[in-house]
Amino acid sequence: MRYLPLTPSDRQAMLAKVGAKTIDDLFADVPEAARLDGPIRDLPPHASEMAVERHMSRLAAKNQTAGDGPFFLGCGAYKHHVPATVDHIIQRGEFLTAYTPYQPEIAQGTLQMLFEFQTQVARLFGVDVANASMYDGSTACWEAITMARRVTKRAKAILSGGLHPHYVSVANTMAKFTGDHLVTATPTLTAEPDTADLIGQIDDDTSCVVVQYPDILGRIGDLSDLADACHAKKALLIAVVTEPVALGAIKSPGEMGADIVVGEGQSIGVGLQFGGPYLGLFGCSQKLVRQMPGRLCGETTDSEGKRGFVLTLSTREQHIRREKATSNICTNSGLCALAFSIHMTLLGEAGLRKLAAANHARACQAAERLSKVPGVELVSDAFFNEFTVKLSQEARPVVRALADRGVLAGVSLGRLFPEAAELANGLVVAVTETVTDEDIEALATGLQEALA
Amino acid sequence: MSRYFTEDHEWIDLDGDIATVGITDYAQGQLGDIVFVETPEDGKQFAKGDEAAVVESVKAASDVYSPVSGTVTEGNSALDDNPALVNEDPEGEGWFFKLELRDAGELDGLMDESKYKKFVESL
Amino acid sequence: MSINQSGWRPEMGNSGNGCGGPATYTGNRALMLEEPLLFEIGKLSNTGLDIEEVKAPASRLGGLERKADIGLPGLSEPETVRHYTRLSRQNYAIDLGLFPLGSCTMKHNPRLNERVARMPGFADIHPLQPVDTVQGALEVIHQLAHWLVTLTGMHSVAMSPKAGAHGELCGILAIRAALEARGDTRSVILVPESAHGTNPATAAFAGYKVENIPATKDGRVDLAALQERLGPDVAAVMITNPNTCGLFERDMKAISDAVHAAGALVYCDGANFNAIVGRVRPGDLGVDAMHINLHKTFSTPHGGGGPGSGPVVFSEALTSFAPLPFVEKTADGFALVEEETAGEHHARSFGRMVAFHGQMGMFTRALAYILSHGADGLKQVAEDAVLNANYILRSLEDVLDAPFAASGPCMHEAIFSDAGLAEGFTTLDIAKALIDEGYHPMTMYFPLVVHGAMLVEPTETESKDTLDQFIGALRSVAERAKAGDEALKGAPYYAPRRRLDETQAARKPVLVWNEPQQAEAAE
Repeated sequence: MRYLPLTPSDRQAMLAKVGAKTIDDLFADVPEAARLDGPIRDLPPHASEMAVERHMSRLAAKNQTAGDGPFFLGCGAYKHHVPATVDHIIQRGEFLTAYTPYQPEIAQGTLQMLFEFQTQVARLFGVDVANASMYDGSTACWEAITMARRVTKRAKAILSGGLHPHYVSVANTMAKFTGDHLVTATPTLTAEPDTADLIGQIDDDTSCVVVQYPDILGRIGDLSDLADACHAKKALLIAVVTEPVALGAIKSPGEMGADIVVGEGQSIGVGLQFGGPYLGLFGCSQKLVRQMPGRLCGETTDSEGKRGFVLTLSTREQHIRREKATSNICTNSGLCALAFSIHMTLLGEAGLRKLAAANHARACQAAERLSKVPGVELVSDAFFNEFTVKLSQEARPVVRALADRGVLAGVSLGRLFPEAAELANGLVVAVTETVTDEDIEALATGLQEALA
Repeated sequence: MSRYFTEDHEWIDLDGDIATVGITDYAQGQLGDIVFVETPEDGKQFAKGDEAAVVESVKAASDVYSPVSGTVTEGNSALDDNPALVNEDPEGEGWFFKLELRDAGELDGLMDESKYKKFVESL
Repeated sequence: MSINQSGWRPEMGNSGNGCGGPATYTGNRALMLEEPLLFEIGKLSNTGLDIEEVKAPASRLGGLERKADIGLPGLSEPETVRHYTRLSRQNYAIDLGLFPLGSCTMKHNPRLNERVARMPGFADIHPLQPVDTVQGALEVIHQLAHWLVTLTGMHSVAMSPKAGAHGELCGILAIRAALEARGDTRSVILVPESAHGTNPATAAFAGYKVENIPATKDGRVDLAALQERLGPDVAAVMITNPNTCGLFERDMKAISDAVHAAGALVYCDGANFNAIVGRVRPGDLGVDAMHINLHKTFSTPHGGGGPGSGPVVFSEALTSFAPLPFVEKTADGFALVEEETAGEHHARSFGRMVAFHGQMGMFTRALAYILSHGADGLKQVAEDAVLNANYILRSLEDVLDAPFAASGPCMHEAIFSDAGLAEGFTTLDIAKALIDEGYHPMTMYFPLVVHGAMLVEPTETESKDTLDQFIGALRSVAERAKAGDEALKGAPYYAPRRRLDETQAARKPVLVWNEPQQAEAAE
C-alpha cells in the first residue's frame, strides 16, 4: 500500500525489538469478543491512485457546477473568482500539513499569517480585534450570542427576521439545551429591513440584538440607531455579515456601533465547496476580548528581542480552562483563513473596492433588467450584490424549471422558509463579478418564459 | 490589624469589619508570571467558599475562593493594568478585593502567619 | 553513536544571532529569510489582481457608501507569492519530517485527495442548488457515511459536525435529547481526568455539570470507582478509547454495561480511532456515540489548525435523535433531509448544528483515503501505527521514564514523564531541543495525569529509518537533560525564533497591527 513505508522485514525486526511474536500480541488488551477478524464487510481491497481518481471523477461528473452556466445563488454562500495564486500557496506543504501553532518557534509562518488575518478582518469589520477564525458563519453567530450572555449576564437575545434561517436554526437548536431565550421572526417582503421592529423590542433583559447586514433578502440599512438603542439598555449589538465583499462598498457594522461582528468568510478565497469547509469570522471591541471564543494570535518578542508571534490569552480556551472555557472549539478553519488572507492581500484596498463596485454594478444591471420582466417585482431598492424579487407565482418550481435549462436562477424563499407561505413567491438573486451580460439575459429570458 | 491565612493560600487582613483578601507569596510563586486578574465587582455578595476572583498565568487559570462571607466593597483596579503586582508584592499592593465581613466567627478556624508557614513547609 | 558528525554543537551557537556566524546586514541567514508584516510592505493603492470594471447604472447602496479608508494594504502577485512563500518556510510540517504530536495524529496527507477535492464537480457547487443538480455530492456523503458506519459497527452517522469538538457537542446533544425524550433530567457527565479539554468544555457547553472519573495506577478508567459513582443523576460518561495515555480500555464493554445498567449513555471520544480502525469496532463495545476526526484517522490535512471534520456515529438508541440535515437514499436517487422534509419520520432529531451540510471538501478527501487503502490497507494502518508506537516505547524506556510501560503494549502513542531529569530540567527543555534536532516536539504536558507528560505518536506513515533517527535524537536529548546540560535551557538555537515571551504577549495583548504613529499616540 503506497502510503505505508514499513516493509515486511521492518515489521519482523520491530516486532522482535518490542518482544512480540505477532502483531496480534500488541492488541492483547482488546477483548477477544471485540476483535474484528477477517476483512471489513463489503470494503474492497486497496486501490490504485488511478482507480480512485476514476471513481471520484464519475461522482463529480454527476453534479451541475456553478461554472457550467448562468449562476445566481447566494444566501450565505457566494461564487466569486478565486485567484490561482490562492490555491497554489495554500497547497504548500508547510501550510497544508502543519498543525495548530503550539510550538511558536517553528510555526512563525502560520502565526504571522494569523496576525495579519486578524488585522484584516478587524479592519474590514470596523472593530478593534478579531480572532483566528471559527468553523463558519452560523456557529460564529451562536458563539456571539453566548458571548453576549457572558458579558451582559442576561440570556435573552433578539434575532432579526433578516438573519439567515439556517443561522437561526442553529441558534434555536443550541438554545434548547443552554436555556437561552431567543426571540425570532420571519422576514417580510418589504423594502426596509426590520430595524424599527427590533428597536421596539429591546428591554432590560435583552443581552443582544442579532442583525444580518446585508440581510437574507439582500437589503441594507443603517445600523446606528439600532446600536444606540441597544447601548441605551446596556445590550450588545451583534452584526452578522455573510457577504464580506460588501464591506468594500458599504459602511462597516463597527463604524455604525456594532459591539460584536461575526460572519462567513467563504466569499474571499474559499470557494463554494457545497457548504464546507467555510470560514467563521469573529471580531469585537477591545474591552470584550477576554470573553471571546477561539484562538487568538498575539505579538511578542523572543529571547533575543526579535519580534515574533504566539497564540495568547489561552486561558479562555478548553485545553486550559476545561469546563469553564468560553467555548469548546479547538480546531478552527486555519487553512481557509490563509486562503482569505492571501486573497485579501492580492486585492488590497484598491482591489477590494473595485471588486465590490463590480459586484454592485452587475447586481444593479440585473435588477434593472429583471424589473422589466412581466411578473417580476423588485422588493427593495437598497442592496449590495443580492436582491429579492417577488414573482407572480411560486418561485420554487420556477427555479427547478430554469435549472433544467442550465440556469441556476437563485434561492427560492420556499426552500429557506418552507413554513412561510407568504414568502413562497420570493426569489433571492445574487449577482457577483462572475456574472456576464449573457448570463443576465439568460436569466431574464428564462424567467419571462417560465412566468408566461 | 490582624492577618489570617487559609489552606487555599489566601491571606485576609481585618481592619474593623473590612477584610482585604489576596494570595500569598507562596501561591504566586507556584503560579508563575501572573498575566491577568479578574476581581469582583462592588456590591457582590459572597458566601464563604464562593468563587470570587480568577488569577491567570500563561498556561493556567485558578479560581480564588472567598475565605469569608461578605459584601465586596472594592476590587483592586491597579491589577487591571498591572497584574505583575501580584508577583512583585503579593501580600501588599497585589491585594485582590476588600469585603465587608458578615460573620467574624468565620475567621476562627484560619491560620496565623507562623501556622501558615509551617503548613507551607509541610507541602 | 555518531549523531553529530559535523562537530557543530548547540552551545557554540549561543552568540546572540543564534548560529555562531557574524550578523548580516539584512538579518537574513541564507535560506532563513526574515519577512516583514504585510502592513509594513503593502500599500492601499497596490493590488495583485486586474479586476474588470463594470459600467454601473446609478448606485443603489441606500446612502451607506463606505468612504473612509479601510486600511487593507495590497501587494502585486509576485510580491504576494514571495511574502507567503517566505512565511511558509518558517513552519514545520509533516511534509518536512516526523511530527510526533500525541493525540493529534499527524500522518502523511496523500496528494490524490487534494486533487479530488478540487474537482469542479465537488468544489464549485452551491449548498442550496436544487437537489437533483448535486446528486454526485450527495452520493459522496452517502458512500462515506456507509463506510464510517461499517468501520465502527454503529447504526448511523451524522455528517454535519465541523470538527472533533463540534462532533462531541453533537453526540452529547443527542444524548441529552434522548434522555429528555424519556422525561429524564440527569445533570452530570463523568469525564476522566486524562480526557481532552474539549470533553469537559463540551459537556459544560451543553449544560451539564462535569465530574472526574478516577484512573487506576496502570492508566485506565477505574471501573469499580466508576460503578460506585453511577447513579440516577449521571447522564453519560465520556471515555476516550484508546485513551490519551495510549492504552486500550480493556474494560470498555464492562464500563458500557455498567453505564447502561444505571440508565446513562456512553460517549466515546474517537480522536484515537486510528489505532484500531479495521481491527476493532466501537459498536461491539457498547458505545452510543463517537465522533471521528477525519483530519486524524482519515488523513485530511490539518492546515495549520483546521478545517477539520467530525462526523458522529450513533447506536440504534440515539439514531432517531441525530441532527439535521442528512442524506437518504430513495428510489429516485439521493435526498437531503432538512427541517422541511424531516416530517414525522425524523421528528425526534435534535435540530441543526450548522448552516448547510458539513465539510464536503473533507468528505471527498476521506472517501478517497478509505478507497485507496481498502479493507487490507486500513487494517494495516492500525497495525503499523501501533507497531511504530511500541517500537518507540521499547527503544526509549531505558532512558526516559515510561509510567505505563509495565501495563503492557501501548496502542498508537507512547507516553513518557519528566521523572529522572536533572534538577531544574523539564519536558519543555526536551521539546525545544528536539526542534534543534529537526523534529516537531511531541505533545507536552498532556494528559494532565502524567507529570511533565511527553506523548509521542509516530503514526503509520513513518519508515523504520525515520523512527531510528528520531529515537537516536530523543535519546541524546534525554541523556543531556538527565546530565544537566545547561545548553538545553537555551534551545531552540536554530529555529527562526528563539523561545518566545508568552507572558509579555498575555499581559499586554497586541492582537492586531497598528500603524507606528498610531501606536505612539496611544501611549
